[in-house]
Amino acid sequence: MSGSDHLHVVTSDAITPGRRRLGMGLIWGSAALLGVVALAQTAQEAGWRDFGFQTWRPTLYAYCVWATALCWGQVIIRGEQGRRTLFVLPAALFVISLTVFPLLFGLVIAFSDWNLSSPDGRQFNGLANLRQMWADPFYWNAMTNMVWYTLAIVVEYAVAFGLALLLNSQIRARKFFRVAFLLPLMLSPVAVSWMIGKSMLEARFGPLARLARGLGWDNPSFFGSPEVARFTIMLMDAWTFIPFMMIMLLAGLQAIPKELTEASRVDGATGWRSFWEVTFPLMLPVSITAILIRIIFKLKLADIVINVTSGGPGGATDTVTSFIFREYRDRSNVGYGTMLAMVYLVIIVIVMTVLMKLAASWSRPRT
Amino acid sequence: MTETAIFKDSEADRQHRTRWFANRVLIYGVLILWAVICLFPIYWTITTSFKMAPNVMKGNLVPWVDYDPAWLGWRSLGLSPDTIGTESTVRDEFMKRFLNSAITALSSSVLAVLLGSLAAYGLSRFTYKFAWMKNDDISFFFLSQLILPPVVLALPFLVLYKALGLLDTTVGLILLYTLTVLPIVIWIMRDQFAGIPTELEEAAMVDGLGVWGAFFTIILPIALPGMVAAFILSLVLTWNEYFFAALLTSTHANTLPVMLASQTGSNGISWWSMAALAFAAILPLVVIGVVLERFIIKGMAAGAVK
Repeated sequence: MSGSDHLHVVTSDAITPGRRRLGMGLIWGSAALLGVVALAQTAQEAGWRDFGFQTWRPTLYAYCVWATALCWGQVIIRGEQGRRTLFVLPAALFVISLTVFPLLFGLVIAFSDWNLSSPDGRQFNGLANLRQMWADPFYWNAMTNMVWYTLAIVVEYAVAFGLALLLNSQIRARKFFRVAFLLPLMLSPVAVSWMIGKSMLEARFGPLARLARGLGWDNPSFFGSPEVARFTIMLMDAWTFIPFMMIMLLAGLQAIPKELTEASRVDGATGWRSFWEVTFPLMLPVSITAILIRIIFKLKLADIVINVTSGGPGGATDTVTSFIFREYRDRSNVGYGTMLAMVYLVIIVIVMTVLMKLAASWSRPRT
Repeated sequence: MTETAIFKDSEADRQHRTRWFANRVLIYGVLILWAVICLFPIYWTITTSFKMAPNVMKGNLVPWVDYDPAWLGWRSLGLSPDTIGTESTVRDEFMKRFLNSAITALSSSVLAVLLGSLAAYGLSRFTYKFAWMKNDDISFFFLSQLILPPVVLALPFLVLYKALGLLDTTVGLILLYTLTVLPIVIWIMRDQFAGIPTELEEAAMVDGLGVWGAFFTIILPIALPGMVAAFILSLVLTWNEYFFAALLTSTHANTLPVMLASQTGSNGISWWSMAALAFAAILPLVVIGVVLERFIIKGMAAGAVK
């Protein structure tokens, strides 16, 4: 598929055997250094011999040296080709060392009972965490909440689409409205939790509570009953993230050629019909991208919940992330928390894969 | 239209005009309503920071009309005109957190844009083969990091950082933040580089520049607006990040959101000082949002439209 638009440069690099040996020596030498340091630290950890290490930092430094040597060695050994590899290699090394390694490590933690504050250290406990998870009603409750939160995206999408259409129509002061609509996205969720969740929605003095009283809700409490609390959290999250979808949809709308909508108008399509039969189908790919990215962000929802309700009342507003956060804060058991997170990851990967497959088949033009 | 109009509007035309007018009113009504929804919380925070207890209880909204602004909230932060010259532990604490946030957000954004741009450029120009992975696979590998929820990494990182002595350090946070925004940077920059014709580099290489020389002298200046967009978007995300900061820092490397969150519970009803703190925390990004709105929109629109 690609390839034709890539750069093709013929290179003539004469790599002498000496240079190749130097590069190899650099890479393997630093690898050996890393191995020796890591081994020494492991030995100390296991109590065989004391080298006087305080932390695992030396291993980290040795790793950094090795990574640098690997990048540099590419250029020495492979010349031009290595110079090209150098574009991607740093980022790849960075991501691999910061995700793949911790994930593997996380797998080990997930199958153990590890209370960080207890002196016993890590204890392998097999499938006990899984069994505990299976019987944990709060975890599955948080999972169900995530489904509700994710379903709220449909409404967010509709609102965002409406706003994007309005911004795309012939209006004055478009720049002002665009900036105003964008601002909620810039605010930190923690600040939003206080600004809206703790002060504006405060039952006695908050302006929104006053408004609710004025509209006839005698005793407004936005976090009292489970349903209302969940709904309030949804609203606050929607408030922050609607601009995000709106901007993406607006970009999509602006990319639609003017001739198309004009042609449909000439053919007699008015307002709604023009929207449903021309604009909406054209916007389908952008919509799907926007919704998928929004789902990804929604699955990370935690800050607002942690700061406003801390999961209450009775876990009604809990997200998986906020639940694990509290689980760790309260019991400082990393093992169980990691197992919950791993299961969450597996579910997310499965769901997202299915969604992406579905999306791919939906956005394919109908014939 | 004046009285002496040659063409008289027919009844049907006039009806059309009223419909058009009603339509306008509706559109602007909705726009203004949503603008109020977006801006009121910010307005509320600013005004509340100048209120005193009775004003809060009475629910006064408009300064100078409803109530007389007071520096109460800002005084408690040590940032009001009469306390700005004196010593204030709260202000020192605030400035420390503010600085932490700024350093963490700026360095991780710079690092992410640097690594991400290079990778995106490489992937858009050369064919790679790392083991079984071809270009598309490598791109997917980078972008798939977006799906990874922070919780999955949080606890392993907690344990690793503890062993590495990186807990509660700015460096540790910077590394993690870079990781979280890197996929977004690559997403945006891939789009940018794909839009630049390869003939430019080919011409540069004919003139004797190397791959990296062509990248730095020819491509980078063209891709700069995209890089700024990616940088600002990263800045927004990292400045606001709370989850990792709350887990991995305790006293030294705390960022502003952590400080803000720790104040929410303890202060009870002293809204004025919380409002001042919240406003000080969001101010930098509000300014960025207003001034650099163009870049933010550009960044988010990248990848949305192919």
